[in-house]
Amino acid sequence: MKRLELGYVNIKDVQFADKSEVRDGVLYVNQEEIKAIVMEDETIKNVSFDIARPGESVRITPVKDVIEPRVKVEGPGGVFPGMLCKPETVGSGRTHVLRGCAVVTAGKIVGFQEGIIDMTGPGAKYTPFSKLNNFVMVIEPVDGLKQHEYEHAVRMAGFKVAAKLGELAKELTPDEVKVFETPNVKEGIEMYPNLPRVAYVQMLQSQGLLHDTYVYGVDAKRSLSSMIFPTETMDCAIVSGNCVSACDKNTTYHHQNNPVVADLFEQHGKTLNFVGVIITNENVYLADKQRSSDWAAKLAELLGVDGVIVSQEGFGNPDTDLIMNCVKIEKKGIKTTIITDEYAGQDGKSQSLADADPLATAVVTGGNANEVITLPKMDKVIGTLDYVDKIAGGHAGSLAADGTITAELQVITGATNELGFNCLSAR
Amino acid sequence: MKVITNNPLVKEWLENVIDVEYIDCSYREILVVVRDMVHKGTKLLTHPLAGSVKPNETPYRSVIVTKHQGKKMDMESLEIIENSIVTFDKFVQKDIVWVDEVLYDFQTVDAIIIRNAVYSAIQ
Repeated sequence: MKRLELGYVNIKDVQFADKSEVRDGVLYVNQEEIKAIVMEDETIKNVSFDIARPGESVRITPVKDVIEPRVKVEGPGGVFPGMLCKPETVGSGRTHVLRGCAVVTAGKIVGFQEGIIDMTGPGAKYTPFSKLNNFVMVIEPVDGLKQHEYEHAVRMAGFKVAAKLGELAKELTPDEVKVFETPNVKEGIEMYPNLPRVAYVQMLQSQGLLHDTYVYGVDAKRSLSSMIFPTETMDCAIVSGNCVSACDKNTTYHHQNNPVVADLFEQHGKTLNFVGVIITNENVYLADKQRSSDWAAKLAELLGVDGVIVSQEGFGNPDTDLIMNCVKIEKKGIKTTIITDEYAGQDGKSQSLADADPLATAVVTGGNANEVITLPKMDKVIGTLDYVDKIAGGHAGSLAADGTITAELQVITGATNELGFNCLSAR
Repeated sequence: MKVITNNPLVKEWLENVIDVEYIDCSYREILVVVRDMVHKGTKLLTHPLAGSVKPNETPYRSVIVTKHQGKKMDMESLEIIENSIVTFDKFVQKDIVWVDEVLYDFQTVDAIIIRNAVYSAIQ
């Protein structure tokens, strides 16, 4: 039995202060202390900090990652295993969470840019991160730094700061504690003999530069499909290095708070038996797709589950991985439901996915990423608007002289998330 | 295997590793060239929509295919390339003239993704 307690410390505000601490629901941050941590990396020339609160007239762009501060209180390992500490297996004991806030990283990694978070107005409704108190870091690289080195620097800085802020909650009494238990296969069958056994197949973006996901520090493209306890994901065993396709990329925050995992735990022991998580990748080489989907289906077969939920990440060719996973698992006699999003054209009338199959009979959508929206000017911009004309879904003239942005929904971070971590869908 | 590409960086990086057929043309034209090859029995080895950079953003496209034509058309390859062209056509083309720095970023992302696939293949 794998058992993890999550202790939630509610954060209602973030403020700069002389001393970093969490007091009365407020996260106080000493900028100099945090800056020193970020500047340990010699590839970073400068970092600036800002705070964006729900309801403020603030636009954050280009957003790279969103990370929830967490800390390991009891049990083996530490948060961000394989990235910040040894790759020791996590997911048991106790972890504290600063709930209601996030570390947001921003920076110009490449000249075409992605990701807007509006803290108020119509855009705010499309991103879950408008509801958080965001500690934003805009990171500037030393001159001549290659794109992949810059991405690495921004990614690691985000994790280091999130871990540092998480530590402030280590000794605190949480506002709420939730317990998550995963029995092993034998225990599960004995405990819930009459419930359908369900596994979750999580597809991880792994195509290459700016399209990567790491599991215990390992680049997912270099791994065969594997299994992980759902509580390991809560201890940050899966992290994002994915900077492309803002609306449907999974940030680290999404991995930490995976809604498929949350909902399956919610129903665990009531309507179903949540057996575990199969992780698989999304490579571009077709033989890799074949191998990875074969292995995902084989693991589902080996577990002898009755049903599987498959979630996707990203645009275009992962549609093929999604359908391969779905079809191969269905052919094992296991019922599948897939979660995706749509690129159905601006009028919503085109074919939604780049692949399809009659066996994909149960589909949940996160919305149409081509839908056109208008975002009014915000009083303040954290980061830069230089790239708004150049982000996915934007176009020349996207940014009007009055500061209004007209673009497709895909510009907004998390808008059509394919884990279902948002409110958009279709029936 | 060989790479069909309009990305000069792919040519520069990979032409000493595998065959590179560089064509000075658009993203869509690369897809069409590849489709025509599939009609004649060539198989796809990478997905033509590699990467999540949208087809109306990046001007670059590289696809790895088999070097020799098979005797009959590979239906899986045909389905994937046809669907890729349909997907391309859904995107409203932007009228942006990219500066060289951004073009180089697009080239790099495409080239690294394709280089990963070549290494996968060689392994």
